[in-house]
Amino acid sequence: MQIDLSVKDVVKKFGQFTAVDRVSFDVEDGKFFSILGPSGCGKTTLLRMIAGFYEPSEGVIEIRGKNMSNVEPNKRPVNLVFQHLALFPMMDVKENIAFGLKRRGEKGPGVYRKVNDLLERVGLPDSGNKKINQLSGGQKQRVAIARCLVLEPAVLLLDEPLGALDLKLREHMKVELKKLQVEVGTTFVYITHDQSEALVMSDKVAVMNSGHFEQVDTPQNLYGKPASSFVAQFVGDNNQFIGKLAKNESGRFFLLTDDNNKYFIDSPSDVKEDGRAELYIRPEAMIINPAKENTILNKVKVSVKAILFDGGNSRLLVNPVGSSKDMIVSLPQNRQFDYIKAGDSIEVGWDPTSSAFFKESGVKTYDEF
Amino acid sequence: MMNSKKHRIRWGFIMFFTPVILWLGLLIVIPHLDLLRMSLLKADYLGESGFTLNHYRSFFTEPIYWLTFVRTATYSIIVTAIVLIVSLPVSFYVTKIANFKVQGFLMILLLLPFWVSELIRIYGWMILLRESGVINKFMLALGLWDKPVEMLYNDVVMIMGLVYTTILFMAVPIIGVMESLDDSYIEAAYDLGAKKITIWSKIIIPHCMPGIMSGSIMVFMLVIGSYLTPNLMGGKNSLWFTQQIYNQFILYFNWNQGSAFGFMLLFMSSIIIWAALKVTGQNLSKVVK
Amino acid sequence: MIRTLPSSKLYKNSFHIFIIIYFVFLFAPLLVTCILAFNDSMFPSLPWNGFTLDWFFSDGPEKIGIFHDDTNLRSIFVSFKVAVAVSILSTIVGTCAAFLFEQEDFRFKNLLYFLMIAPLVIPGVILGISILVFTNNLGLFMEEKLGLDVGFLMPGYWLVVLGQFSFITTMVALVVSARLKKFDRTLEEAAYNLGANRLEVIWFITLKFLKPSIIGGAALAFLMSFENFNTTLFLTGSESTLPITLYLQVRDGSTPVINAISFLLILTTSIFAVINLNKPSGEKG
Repeated sequence: MQIDLSVKDVVKKFGQFTAVDRVSFDVEDGKFFSILGPSGCGKTTLLRMIAGFYEPSEGVIEIRGKNMSNVEPNKRPVNLVFQHLALFPMMDVKENIAFGLKRRGEKGPGVYRKVNDLLERVGLPDSGNKKINQLSGGQKQRVAIARCLVLEPAVLLLDEPLGALDLKLREHMKVELKKLQVEVGTTFVYITHDQSEALVMSDKVAVMNSGHFEQVDTPQNLYGKPASSFVAQFVGDNNQFIGKLAKNESGRFFLLTDDNNKYFIDSPSDVKEDGRAELYIRPEAMIINPAKENTILNKVKVSVKAILFDGGNSRLLVNPVGSSKDMIVSLPQNRQFDYIKAGDSIEVGWDPTSSAFFKESGVKTYDEF
Repeated sequence: MMNSKKHRIRWGFIMFFTPVILWLGLLIVIPHLDLLRMSLLKADYLGESGFTLNHYRSFFTEPIYWLTFVRTATYSIIVTAIVLIVSLPVSFYVTKIANFKVQGFLMILLLLPFWVSELIRIYGWMILLRESGVINKFMLALGLWDKPVEMLYNDVVMIMGLVYTTILFMAVPIIGVMESLDDSYIEAAYDLGAKKITIWSKIIIPHCMPGIMSGSIMVFMLVIGSYLTPNLMGGKNSLWFTQQIYNQFILYFNWNQGSAFGFMLLFMSSIIIWAALKVTGQNLSKVVK
Repeated sequence: MIRTLPSSKLYKNSFHIFIIIYFVFLFAPLLVTCILAFNDSMFPSLPWNGFTLDWFFSDGPEKIGIFHDDTNLRSIFVSFKVAVAVSILSTIVGTCAAFLFEQEDFRFKNLLYFLMIAPLVIPGVILGISILVFTNNLGLFMEEKLGLDVGFLMPGYWLVVLGQFSFITTMVALVVSARLKKFDRTLEEAAYNLGANRLEVIWFITLKFLKPSIIGGAALAFLMSFENFNTTLFLTGSESTLPITLYLQVRDGSTPVINAISFLLILTTSIFAVINLNKPSGEKG
């Protein structure tokens, strides 16, 4: 596999502030690569360095094996779909798409043949003569992408292009974008703070936090095997328990939580005995009123504080008996649990292998739980 | 945008910077420094050389000079105040009271005279007001007056003329800021029980302050530097300081004295504008925007 | 108080009356001037002696209409020549200034910006005399020290152009800056990203965006130049501009030919203004 984009030990400092802190990654030809992180984590700075609008303070960016330092943004074989698209309002759709071709010195009917091809490919065959302000949000999106793809870039960079769309359209465009990427086969580097966009579309996702990568992995692994407590908190919803690591008489490790519950764990990873630690369990890994004979599960008696009904995403908000620690438990809408009411006492349990365990980090994302 | 590319020659910068620095250097900075030098030189045409403060001294020793100067300053402030007082309700009417249907039309109507030259507008008043003018003929014909009255050539009519020629320079910026005042602020204040006077003093005026200041500065500068209106409408005793400058330059050919007067005028107008900005807590670059 | 709030009849009516008086005050002199341009009389005054177009078309000997009045026609032509030169020069330099202050960063930027807006607070008379003094001294220096006789440093066409240019450029710069401030700079980045160089970006993107304000600025410059009196007064040579010629005629009394000129000017500027104000994206100066 050819490496289209290679970022090696890249650092970007603005004065005293380090926006990007020694980031390295490779993107293979034809892959959809996402960089996922909260706002201010440095992902836009990283993208702008790849596009050439910033120069790295240290490190090298290579595109198809060519070093990009001292290559101006208008000479790089990458194109950027801007967050607010930046379509030129003073030109119509076909002129927008032809803009880059003309800057390369291409002339004549060949230019518009390419433009029409692309318009067809993004599903806007008759929109060439429309003004930008006559387009809907989704159409603008496609024109912005077409404007870049017509130049056949080695890598297409996308800076949260779906951010401005409303929820329904965003869901739709996610699928469209993935389809388009598979069809054209161009390498996409996509940055977003929306985990669902990253998980749905990407072949690989890098989770970025305060300037560095926490984990680069497939969406399945990010969700199932988070490499750090940041990833565990940021990707998907999680219940977090904090306490210290302990061992029982039979040598099994467990977390003694600060509210005095014992939760067995699979492996202590790098936490020493008596060390502070964090345990994460996904709401859907929780089983409501598990069978008595299943002894592998961690089980805890809880009282139901509230039922958070949200269709297929409905949950229970519960507290372990004698504790005020909030827990979220998935509530399948298959009528099996219709009997549960607020105030009830129930039991929940989970398989220790479905939890994630780390040394205490103190990290908190804005997406808590 | 290209913040890390300082090592390259910034052609774009040079392209924009060169004409601007030539303009400001050759036509603003150096001429004013030369004017200052001129005002401090001994009269060249008498064959004297060297520097002197005599031209500034004579400004203070000759009452006609400094009296005209004080008169010009005082009248300019009065005119600016009148213009402001008239413009506020007019702008308010156009932006907030007038029907939406007529609003656009009123706006165009209001701005039209803005484009007509000062001279023509003053000429119109002269036709109306002079002894053989339209108003006199009208009043005599109606029998309301038994003999023609000369209404031109006095201070009151001169002030009216100055108000007339400058009022749109106040109305335009104030309409601009009033348009940006959301009606819901006024509605909220009204809803909370505020009286009109409170709404004006606590909501409308503070919001409009940048527009009021830029309008006031424009009007004040136009009035204090006005030449046509005081000349054509003022009386024999209604001297304006710009006339003194003109007289020194063109009639007496005493450029050194004229330069000193020019500098006094520049100095005074700067001081007054600076004081007005300080008092209202605005600054010049904010106000011009 | 405002459209949406209830107010008393008295409040409403007194406001309406005030506005009517204001508009009468605003338009009475202009209307009277225009009407008297068509009065068949030797003086711009009542009584009404009947309608005539003599003050436009008559070829003497008693009445000379504007289209046969050589002095005034010549000064209109001079004003026109000055205004064309001033609007071209100040539009170019004013646009450069807008780019310089909105898009570039450099040391002493604030000081230079202050200098740029200074002409707004310098009386026109002083701009006139300072340029007169400077060019005169420069001319003397050239003649005495270098033996050069530089014609354009004498009061006349070029001095008038320079004098007006010196402050009208500020107006154009402010008009263009106002629009440039609203420009989304990611459009420029997008153009770079698509392979354009700096000049192409300015030409295809930024200037296209600025076009309405540049046209508006040029129109404003033309009008301000055409009507300028204070600065021109000190810099004009043997060929006077229209405001100067008109001033002398107004001061010393003249035939209604001035009304005819005024009528034509009011008419053209009104058409100009209405077009300018109706353009949705146009700046109002």
